[in-house]
Amino acid sequence: MKRRSFLKGTVASSILGVAAGAGLLTPQSVLAAWPKAAFEAKTVDDGMQAALGASDVTESGDINIKAPDIAENGAVVPITISTGMSGVESIAIFIEKNPVPLASSYDLGPNTEGFISCRVKMGKTSDLIAIVKSEGKLYSAKKMIKVTIGGCGG
Amino acid sequence: MAKKKIRIRAKMKGEVTEVKALMSHPMETGLRKNKKTGEKIPAHFIQDITCEYKGAQVLVAHWGVAISKNPYLAFKFTGAAKGDTIKVSWNDNKGESASAEAKIG
Repeated sequence: MKRRSFLKGTVASSILGVAAGAGLLTPQSVLAAWPKAAFEAKTVDDGMQAALGASDVTESGDINIKAPDIAENGAVVPITISTGMSGVESIAIFIEKNPVPLASSYDLGPNTEGFISCRVKMGKTSDLIAIVKSEGKLYSAKKMIKVTIGGCGG
Repeated sequence: MAKKKIRIRAKMKGEVTEVKALMSHPMETGLRKNKKTGEKIPAHFIQDITCEYKGAQVLVAHWGVAISKNPYLAFKFTGAAKGDTIKVSWNDNKGESASAEAKIG
């Protein structure tokens, strides 16, 4: 039974991956599917393009990144992104110098506040970039985090 | 196989419900090597997390390998009532899944 559902899962995800890659699905309809291309992109710009459909963002002072200035252990870096903006549709977190910059993306429901907290891995000292999509526009904020011991590989 | 567990705590503060979830998962990046054999440990990580309240999705998260082992996630939403349940479920890249429910207190 395990094996059966596993096979089904892989087939379904590879089909979705192909469809998304070929641009057959609009970003809206891929919400439920894992954005494979975005998580394979090697640069922040490519990742943004794949995950959010655009890479032109406006810097905003209304996004608050709560994270340590110096992370002793790169394997566990607690971060909190919050924004006072209304109509937040999604939040994406990029770590510029990770092998894959896109760490995670969140699609928010209509009643969900612009607030996300999670823990990420960082390979080395890097900028953390938070992108907030609000009313169809992209806003960003950056924070440099120094990493003493890397959390990727090893 | 590690135990598949999600611990959820949901608390209301005024209008806002804050949900905190802690999952048990190795979150292997696929970049790490087994120190004895030198072989790469295959990637094994949570890809999708869905948080539902009364059948409606309040949060859908897509995760990459950059999320730490035994992931933690917190978010806030409005419009809930005390005693209602919130459901959190995840799927990983190996087709495994888990879900759990908690009462909002």
